[in-house]
Amino acid sequence: MPNIKDKTLNIINDNKVVLLFVILCIGAIVASGSPLTFIAGELFTRIGRNGFTVLSLLIPVLAGMGLNFGITIGAIAAQIAVFWIVYWGFTGIEGFLVSVLMATPIAILFGWLVGKLFNKMKGAEMIAGMVLGYFADGLYQLFFLFIIGAVIPVQNDTLIITGGIGVKNTIDLASNLKYSLDTVSMLTIISLSFYIVVGILALKFILRALKKIETSMIKDLILLVAAVAIYGATFIPGINGFLAMDRLLLLHGVIIGIAILIISQVWKIIDNKFIKHTEEYNIKQPIAGIVAAGLIFLLTYIGPIEEILMYVNIPVTTYLCIVVLCIFNNMLLRTRLGQNMRTVGQSRTVANAAGINVDRTRIIAMIISTVLACWGQLIYLQNIGTFSTYGAHTQVSQFAIAALLVGGASVHKATNKQAIIGVILFHTLFIVAPQAGKELFNNAQLGEYFRVFVAYGVIAVSLAMHAWKTTIKPKETDKLDSSLADS
Amino acid sequence: MRDKVNNVYQNIGLPRLIIIGFFLSMLALAAPLGLSVPNLLGDAIRRWAMYGVLVLAMVPAVQCGIGLNFGISLGIVAGLLGSIITIEVGAMNPWLSILLAMGVGIGIASILGIGYGLVLNRVKGSEVTVSTYVGFSVIAFMNILWLSLPFKSGELIWPLGGQGMRNTISLASSFGEVFNRWLDFSIGEGINGLYIPTGLIIFFLLVCFIVWLFMRSKAGIAMSAAGANPVFTKSSGINVNKMRILGTVISTVLGAVGIIVYSQSYGFIQLYNAPLWMGFHSVAAVLIGGASVDRAKISHVIIGAFLFQGILAVALPVVNKLMPDSNLSDVIRIIISNGIILYALSKTKGGSKNA
Repeated sequence: MPNIKDKTLNIINDNKVVLLFVILCIGAIVASGSPLTFIAGELFTRIGRNGFTVLSLLIPVLAGMGLNFGITIGAIAAQIAVFWIVYWGFTGIEGFLVSVLMATPIAILFGWLVGKLFNKMKGAEMIAGMVLGYFADGLYQLFFLFIIGAVIPVQNDTLIITGGIGVKNTIDLASNLKYSLDTVSMLTIISLSFYIVVGILALKFILRALKKIETSMIKDLILLVAAVAIYGATFIPGINGFLAMDRLLLLHGVIIGIAILIISQVWKIIDNKFIKHTEEYNIKQPIAGIVAAGLIFLLTYIGPIEEILMYVNIPVTTYLCIVVLCIFNNMLLRTRLGQNMRTVGQSRTVANAAGINVDRTRIIAMIISTVLACWGQLIYLQNIGTFSTYGAHTQVSQFAIAALLVGGASVHKATNKQAIIGVILFHTLFIVAPQAGKELFNNAQLGEYFRVFVAYGVIAVSLAMHAWKTTIKPKETDKLDSSLADS
Repeated sequence: MRDKVNNVYQNIGLPRLIIIGFFLSMLALAAPLGLSVPNLLGDAIRRWAMYGVLVLAMVPAVQCGIGLNFGISLGIVAGLLGSIITIEVGAMNPWLSILLAMGVGIGIASILGIGYGLVLNRVKGSEVTVSTYVGFSVIAFMNILWLSLPFKSGELIWPLGGQGMRNTISLASSFGEVFNRWLDFSIGEGINGLYIPTGLIIFFLLVCFIVWLFMRSKAGIAMSAAGANPVFTKSSGINVNKMRILGTVISTVLGAVGIIVYSQSYGFIQLYNAPLWMGFHSVAAVLIGGASVDRAKISHVIIGAFLFQGILAVALPVVNKLMPDSNLSDVIRIIISNGIILYALSKTKGGSKNA
């Protein structure tokens, strides 16, 4: 059956980077001999830590600006805010929210500036973004080493180098921002969203009463009832205790995920079969989904998998943020702005002819990416718990981009899925490489260098592959040119 | 008159004027702060010639059309390998050992350069981004090799543990400062003297001259033409891809020679991550000298290397006097070198291209 063979070959060809990394990761895991529970635990921590930043790369790719090496600048915005939050003594989730409030305008300004600059260098955004990152690092150092303390008076022995000028190398976040987002419990989120839903509905009712519009209120009422029911359920002692935990056992997470999956599939069937009566509706798909969910549920009973699931705790809120960002990226595609970005990404000439303001669209893409990277860095810092003043932002773009590329993305196409797969594979390798190096060559440093090499090598190879692909087309026209010249 | 001044201003460019002004102001500040101006100038001259060949490596790359060669690390790695093999071979006359180091380095660099050129021919239009990451990854790859290559010489490997090479390897017993010491002299005495490493300067200018000659040869002109207008060059029967490979190889070879010259002047070989930023510094230096992304001349190298290294040589002690225990000069270097690269990128890509 040549058809199936071709298909598998195509799939392998399309995903060769991912497959290569899967093999590499498995090899390294075996070589390192680390227990799977340890690797899984580390991995889930790192997904929470870095997932957001990697996802911040997607929108510029969509807008045809390539991989945004300039996300370092978003990270810098975050760090400026974190310093002041620590200095002013904010703690916990309040501190985190204040730092978001403070960092966002800075990131918007930076993103706008970066976008302006990139519009002057169309076609060279990637190298420009990278050099810009280093340039911004210089300005950042200038600010933290000489402006703070010397120009802006700051008196604080724990933050400032003895002598009064310049910020210390590392700032401990343990007593203020550490885990501030990670430890927000589900209970808090549910009650918060309950108040928001009720608030919005109340506003809607008031508006409706004022304008006297006769529309059906059934949907809103159902929503209100559902919200009250969920909020009410949180007062049941058992559920309350479960939701009040800040970390969710992975096992419970998987079960909740399976439940949501099954409910959504069943809803799909009911919606299409019995409410809308869609004729051409294919019932096989949701049923396959339900079967798959059931199989996954059975898998959780297998010894080693159960062990991992019982071992790993995931920070709920952080993961929720990542999920929300994935949804945001998808939603943006459906808006007018997202469509504009896509058009600009495919061809600036066409976009221009269609009346899209190319420069403005590109700047918006940059602002969004910079702001997201800034939030990503805040999430990273609150999770890691120590703030290395002069080092935390330097590798952000390299690692995020390498992770995205490992997931199978390219310069002109990147999806949420690729970002998440990439984070998982890239960080698995990062976790096990030093141990694998130690086991194989009796030298942990070797593994360390190997993973840096992988990070850079992946970027080099995928950029080269992409450029190669894009030059094949002009080559054909070149041939035409030369044949014309010959005749 | 006004037009003339305007013309000169346009030619020099604002950032270059700022840098020249900065350099002069630092020099003017030095004397009142109690620093010896001749000493600083001597240091600037030494660094100028020491880095010069590395900066020169940008000229063939830019002229043949591959743009700013951030991947110069490839040549640097070849030069480092050459030096290390020489040390491993053992003690001999310093002149012989530097020749051997250069010979091995050039050999490796040529092979690497051909491969690198082949890659760059396939990625036309994105050479700069690709080469940057080729440079980064080759340094990371060599880090692995430096740790695991089976070299035996006691001067190379760590005394304890016996695995992996040292971060810095002394060249005292091989070719340390051979060029520097040849015909060197000092104007004035002691710390106030102006030390001139004649051999080093002669060597740097000699390499410049050779490249200058090459650029005026038939092959050199063909190469520049291939970089300036590939389509036209092709129609006149020149193989553009071959010319690009030639330029890449020469650039890589100059990188290898450059790092050997640099190391002999410094007295040490630096392995691991030390050469990571040399590509950026060379690019910044040639751009300060007046080169653009698609045009570079020998004069740009000579001027640029002096200004860039001069600022470092002069600003470092001056800033240290002004603000002790700070690395402000390092920060200034980061800002200047990356700022000038950004400026050059924004100048050439104007934004109108396939808008």
